[in-house]
Formats: sequence, structure tokens, C-alpha cells
Amino acid sequence: MYFNEDHEALRALVKRFVDKEINPYVDEWEKSSMPLHEVFPKLGELGLFGIRYDPAYGGQGLDDWFDTVFLEELGHIKAVGAQASILVQTHLATPALHEFGSEHLKKTWLEPAIAGRLVSALAITEPGAGSDVAALRTRAVRDGDEYVINGSKLFITNAVQADFLTLLARTGDKPGYHSFGLFVVPTDSPGFVVSKELDKLGWRCSNTAELFFDDLRVPAENLIGEEGEGFIYQMKQFQYERFSSLPISYVTARDMIDMTVDYIKQRIVFGKPLITRQVLRHRLADWVTQIECLKQLTYHIVRMKMDKRDATREISMGKLMAGRMLREVADGCLQMFGGMGYMNENPITRYWRDGRLASIGAGADEIMSEIIARMEGF
Amino acid sequence: MYFNEDHEALRQTVRKFVDNEINPHLDAWEDAGQAPIKDIFKKLGDLGLLGITYDPECGGQGLDYWFECVFLEELGHIKGLGLPIAIAVQTHMATPALHEFGSEFLKENFLKPAVLGDMVAAIGVTEPGAGSDVAGLRTTVRKDGDEYVINGSKTFITNGVSADFITLLARSSNDPGYHAFSLIVVPTNTPGFQVSKKLDKLGMRCSDTAELFFDDVRVPASHLIGQEGEGFILQMKQFQHERYSGLPFIPVICQDMIDLTVDYIKQRIVFGKPLITKQVLRHRLADWLTEIELLRQMTYHIVRMKMEGRDATREITMGKLYGARLVRRVADGCLQMFGGMGYMNETLISRYYRDARIVSIGGGADEIMSEILARMAGY
Repeated sequence: MYFNEDHEALRALVKRFVDKEINPYVDEWEKSSMPLHEVFPKLGELGLFGIRYDPAYGGQGLDDWFDTVFLEELGHIKAVGAQASILVQTHLATPALHEFGSEHLKKTWLEPAIAGRLVSALAITEPGAGSDVAALRTRAVRDGDEYVINGSKLFITNAVQADFLTLLARTGDKPGYHSFGLFVVPTDSPGFVVSKELDKLGWRCSNTAELFFDDLRVPAENLIGEEGEGFIYQMKQFQYERFSSLPISYVTARDMIDMTVDYIKQRIVFGKPLITRQVLRHRLADWVTQIECLKQLTYHIVRMKMDKRDATREISMGKLMAGRMLREVADGCLQMFGGMGYMNENPITRYWRDGRLASIGAGADEIMSEIIARMEGF
Repeated sequence: MYFNEDHEALRQTVRKFVDNEINPHLDAWEDAGQAPIKDIFKKLGDLGLLGITYDPECGGQGLDYWFECVFLEELGHIKGLGLPIAIAVQTHMATPALHEFGSEFLKENFLKPAVLGDMVAAIGVTEPGAGSDVAGLRTTVRKDGDEYVINGSKTFITNGVSADFITLLARSSNDPGYHAFSLIVVPTNTPGFQVSKKLDKLGMRCSDTAELFFDDVRVPASHLIGQEGEGFILQMKQFQHERYSGLPFIPVICQDMIDLTVDYIKQRIVFGKPLITKQVLRHRLADWLTEIELLRQMTYHIVRMKMEGRDATREITMGKLYGARLVRRVADGCLQMFGGMGYMNETLISRYYRDARIVSIGGGADEIMSEILARMAGY
């Protein structure tokens, strides 16, 4: 109802890519990690890394509806970790670069990222600061034509394979939100150390690292926008990150339901297919209802974005709902599979493990609730 | 974002009516167990509010579903659900089939007076032994020459005591299946029609609800809506209007309850601090706001579907299910935040709490909505 032929053409393109180039390999990647330098150039070649971005840097210059189509189709990837690695490149680490980066930065870093030649990662969280960004300790100090960076970052997706980081660091000691800078940090800079590759509950095909910066020097021109405004840019960038989880979540949830329904239609219990049990059918109806509500809120957000309105409130609501819904559906589907749902050969176990992060990453549920409450004046 | 100046003008009209003609009197009407709905409907009819989407030939405004949505949203500001539902009976439950399938004669003699507020309508579907299970209906309608003869009873009929006519669903043959029912207009001044009981309810106390009895009630054959045997099908369509009608006002009611509660907990000091500073309450409020926004956007999606002439049964069913649970949860949660004061009838939240309970039952219970959804999904 809201998509035209052009949108559907993009949908078909992404779908084909997911079916041929991603889903056949995710089982293997879950064991070994997704090879981003092999997969990303293919996505770049299809123009999928810069759907919204300026054609001057290799982008498609398309609108937020196309972006939504892209995200919806990523939802069909049968491992949330692989979805996430792609999103880091499109919705986490590059939006600020596109919106506030200098011509030099865009040519040097954004354009190759859009082409899929460079892998990016977003470095915000630290051992002592996640959602509480004001507690960030990693520091960038100006020294002539360079910034010297010292500190560490934690839980950084794609970092092991990344060519550059978009990094938030403290540039001043004043309290408040204007003491941070957002930087492009090449990972081949001396002083950059992947101090630990982290072993995770889920998202096993994506790599996650702890990083260490020891007198790491970057040219001053690697600063995105103004010094002191990094926190503000990152708050804007978070809106892309959080929004990206919405279309993915309702599509992933729907896929879980479809595979579960296929199973319980065949599974005979007490002489009847399990699907005939009303308590399961109504539970499924509840989830389908929540999925539709989330989808319609998402489309409302797309309209707001198209209208250049601030959708922070609605995106926060959507993120909160998406995280909970994904977890509830994953858990409930696993339950319907019974013993078979506990076996790792069944993909529902992966969704269940992967889904858990949706309420933590990109700002925990509790942070979303806090944002909503504050915006309401509570 | 989705409404223009014309919509806002209608919003102001309804808002003013609710603020001036309804809300100041509600406490008295609740105590009396009856709002003067003939008088209220006449005033609403004079303002053109009882036929917003209906054909101007029937006294309607001929406006689209966005206007209808505005009207329903504003009814949500009525401080209690009894009257919004009584009004929706007139606009969304007892008359849509008449407008869509009724003859010129029926429209002139029943729909138009209902739109003008000269007649009160009620919808007679539920029976002592059949509610959502419509196939269990026992009230019969049998052709006899130029007349239909009706026998049986109906129960839980909102506006049933005040009604001038009933849009009645009755069995027209004993065939199994869905083509054995007729929808017919029954004037309540017909001999044999009887309000056998005015029912006493948990909530919605200002709206009247009746048990009706039909003893050889004879109506002219011209009172049949559409084709004989097709009443069930017409009623299924009519149910979509009924179920939809709650959607726009539920987010508004919920927001009003929250506003009322937030005003209170900002002032209420507990352990030296205003209650609103407690994070568990603030996050609970944020949850409700999130769900309100989800339901509102689902509702607007349905409006767009209606505008395009699409079948929105699935989405309306989802909205009804989601909305009913939401309004009950918010009412209950707000009452909780009021504490002891929430349990006192002088606090408005107690009325919302009692009234909201109906939403998961009326218009098809939550379980029926889930069943429809499961079937539509092929489960």
C-alpha cells in the first residue's frame, strides 16, 4: 500500500542478495565470523551501502522509504549478527560522517565505505560508560596538526575487521554535552590495539572487540564537524542506529513465526496438529498484532523523517517495543518447538540467543523509557 | 501531521460540545444511571455530528474517514466510556448497514431521523444464548404476507431502553451456515415489543442497557435491510464499523487518564519526594505512551486503508484487541498510582477503570478477535 514498483525492485534486489550471498553461509559464519572484506564489496557493488547517501560519494540519493525497504529485507537474514554487521556500516558508523564530515573525510572514508572497500565500526561504549555517555574517559588531545587519543572502547561490533572507527572521545573537561569530539580513526594507526576479541551469548557471526588506544595519533582533519560537538552528532547518529532496528525486528519476528507455524502444523500431539490448540493460535495472533502495530509506527516515523520532523520520541518508542517484541516472539516460538527448540540444529535457538541483544544494544530498554519519560516532562 | 484546518475545525466543534454539553453533567447522569440521550443526540444531530461520513441525502455530511476519525478522537475526551459508546451505537453500530444496504424508504424513515438526532437507534444482535457465536441466534423473523413476524429475545442492548428503533438480526430460516439470517428495522412502538429488563451494570452507568422481548412483533416487509438471508453478512460488515469506532478514542482516553494521573503524582509527596520522580512509575508511563502511539498509528493506517476502499478486517481486529487491553491496563495502572485515592469513587479514575472493562467484551471479545486473526493468518 505504501510501496511502489521502484521500492519493490530494490526489495527484490536485496532479497536475492540475502538468499544467495548471505543465508547459505550464515551457519558457517556463526562458527568462524562473517568475512566482511569479502561480503561488503558485493553489497557496495549493488549500491546497498549508500541508499540514502549523496551520489557524489557513491550513494544512491534515495529517500527513507527505500532505506526502510532495505532494512526490511535485511530482516530475512537468518542470523541477527550478520544483519548487525551490515547495519554498522550503513546506520551506525557512517551517518554522522555523511551529514557533518568534511569533503576530505567523505572522499577518503565515506566513499570507500559506501563502495564496500573499507569496513567501518562505531566506537562509543567504554568499560565504564555505555548509555551514560557523559562518563566517557577516552580522551582526544589536540597536539599541533594532530589529535592524540588515549583510552579504551568496549563491545565494538566489526572492530576486529574494521579499517576505520568512528570514535567518540572527550576533548574537554567541562561538564555538559559540549566536551566531546567525533573522529575517524584508521585502525592501521600505531597505538591501535584490539586488546580482546569478545566471546558472546549470540550474534556469533559478528565479531566484537575491546579496543585500546595508546598515544594514537590522527590528523586533525579526521575530526568530524566541530570539536566539542561530537556528543550532539552522536545523539543524531543514534537515531539512525535505533531506527534501523525497527524494520529488521518486525521482519525477523515474522520469519520466526512462519517457521514455527510450519512446524506446529505438522507436529501431532494427542492425535491433533499442535496448531489446533487455541492457546497457541491466540498467542500467535498477539504477536502478529504487535508486529503490525510496530510496522505502522515505523511507517509513521518514515513519514516524519521525510517531512524533516524530529522523530526521537517515536524512534525511542519503536526501539523499546522492537526489543521486547523480538525477545517475546523468539522465546515463545522456541517454546512451541518444545524439545526441538532447545537443539542448536534448530535456527530458533540462534534467534533466541541473538534476540536478547535487542533490548541492550543501541541504548537499553531502560534508556529508551527514560528518554520517553523525559521528553514527556515526567 | 495528518490533519488539516478543516479537520481541526471539526475537532473544535466536537471538543466544545463535549466540554460544554457533556462533561459538566456526567457525574449527575452517572448517579441517575441514565444520560438524557434523546436530548444529547438531538443536539449532536443539529451540529451534523451523527452522520459525518453519510450521504447528504440522508442528512449526512458526506465527509471522509479522516473526519470520522477526528470526531471519534474527540469523543475520547468524554470523562467516562458510557456516552462515547452510546453515541457510537447511533453512528457506528446500528446505522452503517442501513446506510450501505437500506432502501430509500428505510433511509428516509429511519436513517435520516437518526442522523438528525430525532430518533435513537440500537443494535439488536446478542441474545441470552448467543453473543459472538452468532450462529447460535434463536430469535426468528418469518415472512407472513406483507409483513415479517419476529419472536425471541435480545440482551445487553445498549440504548435499548431509549431506542426508537432496533436494527435487529434474526434467523430467517433453519438452514445451517451464514445465509439464514436477516437484518431488519424494528420500531420500538410496535405491539409485542417489550423492554423486559433494564440491566444494572458494573460500569458505563450513564448508558442504558436492556433485555428486549419480541412477542409476535409484526413489521412491514419493507423494513428488511438488503436481501432476506443475507443479514449475517451485512452484520459482519457492520461489525467492522463498530470495532473500528473504539480505536480512535482509546488513545485519547488513555492519554487523558495519564494526564490526570501525572498531575496527581507530581504533587503527591512520598518519602519526601514527588511520586513522579520514582523511576518505576516514570518507565511504566513511558510504556503506556509507547503503546498509545502504536495504536494511534495503526488506527491512521486503517483510516488510509478505508480511504482506499481496502478490506481492513485484519487490522481493525488487531486494533480492537490491542486497544481493549491497553485501555484496561492503563486504567488499572493509573488507579494504582493514585493509591487509596484511586479507590474512591470521587476520583474519576475509578469510573474509567470500571468503564474500560467492557472494551475487551463488547463488539466481540478479545478471544474472538484473536480467533479471527488466527483464522485470517491461516492458523
